[in-house]
Amino acid sequence: MHNLTLAQQLQALAAGEFSSVELTQHYIKRIESHQDSLNAFITFTPELALEEAKKADQRTADKPLLNGIPLALKDIFCTQGVKTSCGSKMLDNFIAPYDATVVTKLKQAGAVSLGKTNMDEFGMGSSSESSYYGDVKNPWDLSRVPGGSSGGSAAAVAARLATASMGTDTGGSIRQPAAFCGITGLKPTYGRVSRYGMIAYASSLDQGGPFGVSALDCAYLLQAIAGHDAKDSTSVDQPVDEYTTSINDDIRGLRIGLPEEFFDEGLDADIRAKIDNACDQLRELGCVIKPISLPNAKLAIAAYYVIAPAECSSNLSRFDGVRFGYRCEDPVDLADLYSRSRSEAFGAEVKRRIMVGAYALSAGYYDAYYLRAQKIRRLISEDYQKAFAEVDVVLSPTTPTTAFKTHEKVDDPITMYLSDIYTIGVNLAGLPGISIPVGFSQQLPVGMQMVSTYFAEDTLLRIAHQFQQHTDWHLQTPAEFE
Amino acid sequence: MNWEVVIGLEIHVQLNTQSKIFSSATTAYGADANTQACAVDLGLPGVLPVLNKMAVRKAVQFGIAVNAEIAAESVFSRKNYFYPDLPKGYQISQFELPIVGKGELSIDLEEGGSKVIGITRAHLEEDAGKSLHEDFAGMTGIDLNRSGTPLLEIVSEPEMSSAKEAVAYMRKIHSIVRYLEISDGNMQEGSFRCDANVSVRPVGEAALGTRTEIKNLNSFRFIERAINHEVERQIEVIEAGGRIVQETRLYDADDDSTRPMRSKEEANDYRYFPDPDLLPVAIDEALLAEVRAEMPEMPYVRAQRYQDSYGLTLEDAQQLTTSQAIAAYFDAVVKVVPKSAKLITNWVCGDLAAKLKQENLSMAQSLVNAEAMTQLIQRIADGTISGKIAKDVFQAMWTSKASADDIIQQQGLQQISDVGELEALVAQVVEDNPKQVEQYLSGKDKVFGFFVGKLMQMTKGKANPQQVTDLLKAKLVRD
Repeated sequence: MHNLTLAQQLQALAAGEFSSVELTQHYIKRIESHQDSLNAFITFTPELALEEAKKADQRTADKPLLNGIPLALKDIFCTQGVKTSCGSKMLDNFIAPYDATVVTKLKQAGAVSLGKTNMDEFGMGSSSESSYYGDVKNPWDLSRVPGGSSGGSAAAVAARLATASMGTDTGGSIRQPAAFCGITGLKPTYGRVSRYGMIAYASSLDQGGPFGVSALDCAYLLQAIAGHDAKDSTSVDQPVDEYTTSINDDIRGLRIGLPEEFFDEGLDADIRAKIDNACDQLRELGCVIKPISLPNAKLAIAAYYVIAPAECSSNLSRFDGVRFGYRCEDPVDLADLYSRSRSEAFGAEVKRRIMVGAYALSAGYYDAYYLRAQKIRRLISEDYQKAFAEVDVVLSPTTPTTAFKTHEKVDDPITMYLSDIYTIGVNLAGLPGISIPVGFSQQLPVGMQMVSTYFAEDTLLRIAHQFQQHTDWHLQTPAEFE
Repeated sequence: MNWEVVIGLEIHVQLNTQSKIFSSATTAYGADANTQACAVDLGLPGVLPVLNKMAVRKAVQFGIAVNAEIAAESVFSRKNYFYPDLPKGYQISQFELPIVGKGELSIDLEEGGSKVIGITRAHLEEDAGKSLHEDFAGMTGIDLNRSGTPLLEIVSEPEMSSAKEAVAYMRKIHSIVRYLEISDGNMQEGSFRCDANVSVRPVGEAALGTRTEIKNLNSFRFIERAINHEVERQIEVIEAGGRIVQETRLYDADDDSTRPMRSKEEANDYRYFPDPDLLPVAIDEALLAEVRAEMPEMPYVRAQRYQDSYGLTLEDAQQLTTSQAIAAYFDAVVKVVPKSAKLITNWVCGDLAAKLKQENLSMAQSLVNAEAMTQLIQRIADGTISGKIAKDVFQAMWTSKASADDIIQQQGLQQISDVGELEALVAQVVEDNPKQVEQYLSGKDKVFGFFVGKLMQMTKGKANPQQVTDLLKAKLVRD
């Protein structure tokens, strides 16, 4: 059952080949046998999942879009009555009293939640090693990282512990782990999916999105979660396309641009070769490939590491030990309560970003750091807009390397930050991006990123889907998890 | 040395929206602690603010009322600091781009004349919760009911030169927000609070002196006293060769003094930056026109009209224009009996106001409406009843909701103005009281009241008092 895609499972469920309870039970067993080796879940909720599966099976008429499909949710989405930790000791005792809009929509779509997946603490990291709940392992090589911050969600799908999953992407946190784990991951346009109930890291960059085996699977999830939400002022009131239908539309004549800045000597030769092969495939499918330029792309990481920490320094102020979450023992006074609660409960990377961000916003430095970073952000957006005057999609590798070894970069944050070099600009510009598997380099998956203009998720899904109709990279599974 | 005082005020006005500025929780005052705070007000992980459009409208109304520039686009920023009653660790406020820009306001000076005070800006922000330091034996309780209540912070230019001017300005702002019905202005409940920036400088000096900020001024009396105290303190310090420290001082009403709260030098760096959860507030021409069209005639314009059209005094006109409801009530009555404007004023600001206050009702809830009041005024004006009887009629109208005419009819309260009837009564009084007649005729003027009283007693107060006086005077002629 677990080797079927979401789309295939829906057909099988409809045909009565198996029930949602059977499917859910199957995944529960898989999670039980693989949790120890992968550590993909923080909270596993088999009883709740079976209840939801039962309800799904009872629905006869008007079955909702994802009826009975077992999913995993990144532990950044608030789930009523279920622990929502964000990978942090700070929220180890936090049971959310409400559902995130994304969670509500998935429930309405009939999906079954298997549990909450492991992640970098508060979404800050590229390796899922900064979690209070321990490292997540890459199903393709357990000595390697799955990427981050949505590493648990990516690993869960790659190891077929869930049909599909939900992640969030602030600087590449869906696309990079999708690439490292050999699956498909979509970061929608900023404002396409409600952020309500998604614990904020960097509010102007955060966006929730799906992981699936295939682009079509991602289309199903996006269909369910997209749309305007009155509870999120930054969500955009724009009609939601029929992604699962438009995915079959012709891609012939679509123009694909390769930014020369992303294909320089820094790129691994083997990865480059895989991307070239994928481009050949797209050419065969009728796409036009041409070089373009994103002249300010190299500034993206610097700008991101001012803006994201600045916002996070403010967003994480609410974790003060007063109303919820971790509180230090026996505080002597208010200052002690604040400083010990926060220093005892936040991990090193979170503290680093809070300090960097507070510094960037402080009097006398605001103009030099925050405002300048915002200017760069505008330049990067403009680069993309110029590119979209010439092409429909901007294509590049998702990451400069394949999955690296666990702990290899923990003590070298700058190198870790550089692993997001191709993905970060997309968040700064607020654009949608997808990562799909395009081959293997030394038995490790290689991901390819495509970026389109605002709200053109349909274009990305179409190209990815039709590429996947002619390749089978996305259907490969790691040997230990077949 | 002669000193000049410079005062600027920051007034926090709580806007009377139904729900909070960024959540749908109610803003009603006085509920049990933490029962009116939803997930957004509690700053739970994952929640997001959504701007209350009514708060924006009310801010625009204020801006129009003080002839201010209304920003086509204003921006909410985060003011970051830690405090237990600030759930998010930041307050959503407006910093660089406030919704209301430069405006002005004319205040009436005590010594006569008026003075224009500049308004620097007014911006929207959310209120914090309350820290309760009592009742918890060594601990602090947090009540977040107030968290997220909409505030309009109105900042003046430092253009007031006495505590009295500051009070006049504050009263004017108070009357405007009450009149516009954008705030209940209740100072006891904290709906209208003021911080004063005070400095002194030698007369003729152009540069401003070092200022202190006095917080916690929640009554007109306190603000005047607090400013005067602070001015005296500053002058004393400087004249003794000292230096004023820029700091925030807290006014303590109990011992009528100010004391330092925190020094500005060591104050927080608030690390303001635009709130990424909220879009800029766009106010287009259409919205502006809509709000303009809804604006009531402003109280000072209306008061001037009352003086010009009805010959009312400034004081009367101001009393009538303290609220739209009072002015509308007056307008409805005076429209029918314009010649009785003064009489109407006395009734509206006198018996009616007293009754409403006594029963804790608003003008809209009055049991005697403008139409009923009009009839009562007409009966006084045409002499059907005396002013004194009118008070009884009014009381009866209030309790029975019957019309003035019905009550006068049923209770036979028509004034006796028939000369023949009154003459007979006068003759009888004179005949029955020879002793008093003698006293009066021998020069005791006070005794005249006795005769009037007797007559009123006999007629149960219905005798026309003017006629009674005239007839008595004619009858009791001293030789």
